[in-house]
Amino acid sequence: MSEGTLYDKVWDRHKVTRLPTGQDQLFVGLHLVHEVTSPQAFGMLKERGQEVAFPERTHATVDHIVPTGNRDRPYRDEAAESMMAELESNVRGSGIDFSDPDSGDQGIVHVIGPEQGLTQPGMTIVCGDSHTSTHGAFGALAFGIGTSQIRDVLATGCVAMEKQKVRKIEVTGELGEGVTAKDIILTIIGKLGTDGGVGYVYEYAGEAIEDLGMEGRMSICNMSIEGGARAGYVNPDETTYEWLKETDAFADSPDEFERLKPYWESIRTDDDAEYDDVVTIDGSAIEPTVTWGTTPGQTAGITEPIPDPDDLPEEDRDTARRAQKHMRVEPGDTMEGYDIDVAFLGSCTNARLKDLREAAAFVEGREVDDDVRAMVVPGSQRVRDAAEAEGLDEVFTEAGFDWREPGCSMCLGMNDDQLEGDEASASSSNRNFVGRQGSKDGRTVLMSPIMVAAAAVTGEVTDVREMEEVATV
Amino acid sequence: MSSPEFSDGEAPAEKVTEVTGTGIPVRGNDIDTDQIIPARFMKVVTFDGLGQFSFFDQRFDDEDNEKDHPFNEEKYKGANVLVVNANFGCGSSREHAPQALMRWGIDAVVGESFAEIFAGNCLALGVPTVTADQADIEALQDYVEANPDAEIDIDVAEETVTYGDTVIDAEVHDAQRKALVEGVWDTTALMGANAGAVRETARSLPYVPDEDIPGDDA
Repeated sequence: MSEGTLYDKVWDRHKVTRLPTGQDQLFVGLHLVHEVTSPQAFGMLKERGQEVAFPERTHATVDHIVPTGNRDRPYRDEAAESMMAELESNVRGSGIDFSDPDSGDQGIVHVIGPEQGLTQPGMTIVCGDSHTSTHGAFGALAFGIGTSQIRDVLATGCVAMEKQKVRKIEVTGELGEGVTAKDIILTIIGKLGTDGGVGYVYEYAGEAIEDLGMEGRMSICNMSIEGGARAGYVNPDETTYEWLKETDAFADSPDEFERLKPYWESIRTDDDAEYDDVVTIDGSAIEPTVTWGTTPGQTAGITEPIPDPDDLPEEDRDTARRAQKHMRVEPGDTMEGYDIDVAFLGSCTNARLKDLREAAAFVEGREVDDDVRAMVVPGSQRVRDAAEAEGLDEVFTEAGFDWREPGCSMCLGMNDDQLEGDEASASSSNRNFVGRQGSKDGRTVLMSPIMVAAAAVTGEVTDVREMEEVATV
Repeated sequence: MSSPEFSDGEAPAEKVTEVTGTGIPVRGNDIDTDQIIPARFMKVVTFDGLGQFSFFDQRFDDEDNEKDHPFNEEKYKGANVLVVNANFGCGSSREHAPQALMRWGIDAVVGESFAEIFAGNCLALGVPTVTADQADIEALQDYVEANPDAEIDIDVAEETVTYGDTVIDAEVHDAQRKALVEGVWDTTALMGANAGAVRETARSLPYVPDEDIPGDDA
């Protein structure tokens, strides 16, 4: 078993007791709540006559079903309206802070936590959402839970968990031009598989990770779950602290920052820590990477051929054959030139200010291809406002993108933002499962925000590095 | 026995030592929770009625005509043991997925491997997720296809799956087995009993202000 890792330390600090099942009872430092997975949990709580145990350690927002166009209440979609009303009633009745659309703080739960400083190193953070792993970027132990576990957390402030193994994933070297955090994580999942992380927590380390800003670290931790790891984290460092200083939690309380910093330092992985497994990946060899199939593990560098299913390990062949049929791709081809109908820049993986800035810098002076509908869905109202203050909205709209209100949007198609028929999308989101973006015949190609921007402009999957060369000529 | 019937909110922690019934195979690796229940069916505030949407997009085409899928086949009506392959239930944490399967009638899932959150969600419903080798699982799927009315017996405590003359040496994760066999899978009640120790842990954490910690047992 691992020893001396951040995971071990944070686990120990939050362990209340060993339960008769052999699981540990862990105190939850921050419980994030959204409208889709929480109503049944509040319902169960009420039926048991219980109240929320730690409302001050709980924070809610609305993201999955919220419209990204007209947001006048009641929402046009009655089901969405009833979910929103249910959430409002549940959180207001329990004294839980709610970043609702009128607050100016609403957004995707994994964007607002970090930007408000709710997310801090050394915390345990849970949410009824598998992408809760995002918050691990700050050196928190953060993972998704189911609705019955949400009930547990609401009622007791705790979760019952079994300790996992720790795999260190060291990404060495410097990233090449046009290569981003998204390409790192798609490469990792491609190498280790969608179930490679089952039973593990991932510690991301190495020069290529340390060089990333918080946004990039969040993109990587976000997709830990796509590799089967319920949680992933990066040890907190000066980059982390610089971000935290600017947040609501510490901007006006430098003393509080200094008071907590020793704790954050104390939970960093020790130099002589022991891991259950270590994997090293050469970051300098990573290309802009995209998916060719229907799982986030079916990836290829943009110049790499799509694999022949017969050359894959036996257990992957059947899935690969079905995926290639669905996506209409052929082994031996590269994904470069794959026609797209939709460009989606958004989601908890890639809809932060830095993502939008990078995509906008690429888009500026270019135009969206005539056959592509392109949209930008900022991760939060704060991201939207900051982007608008910099004029990014104009850059996007002038190029032909639709500039929308914050939410999960086309990542999972629970509002009106959906693929239609067999449309293909270039998407900065996290899942390319069949049907994920709202149409069961839809085809999703996952990629980084700048690769989405490039695909929007050319109408096909494009190696952004070649476009950038053209731009500088 | 089958898993207990309960509505949202009451989760009587019963002992789940054994599940017996007929099987239904759903083949394929990496079957994600978006396949088990598409997101559009999650625009609800209760889990009631989700059973009918299990594997919906695999079962129906755009005109709502039935497609080939085990969940549409008459011969599997009444089956309660789902037999799957590797990494079943990956992706979204939605408990709606096991809720839908349970409400369709599934009392236990046997497979090569399961995504963690999915397995945890099943446990919270008292539905065992039992694993066995690829060859054993495929043989069981073949058997169920040929013998849809034959009884399958899952012994959670002994970690076996029995059908015909075959006994599979299966595995039920330690904590899950203990929870099911001893009937302690209602973790809310279990953890609620430790409120004092919870407050103590909370007080020891530098980032939790005293005012966030409730004074007495609520």
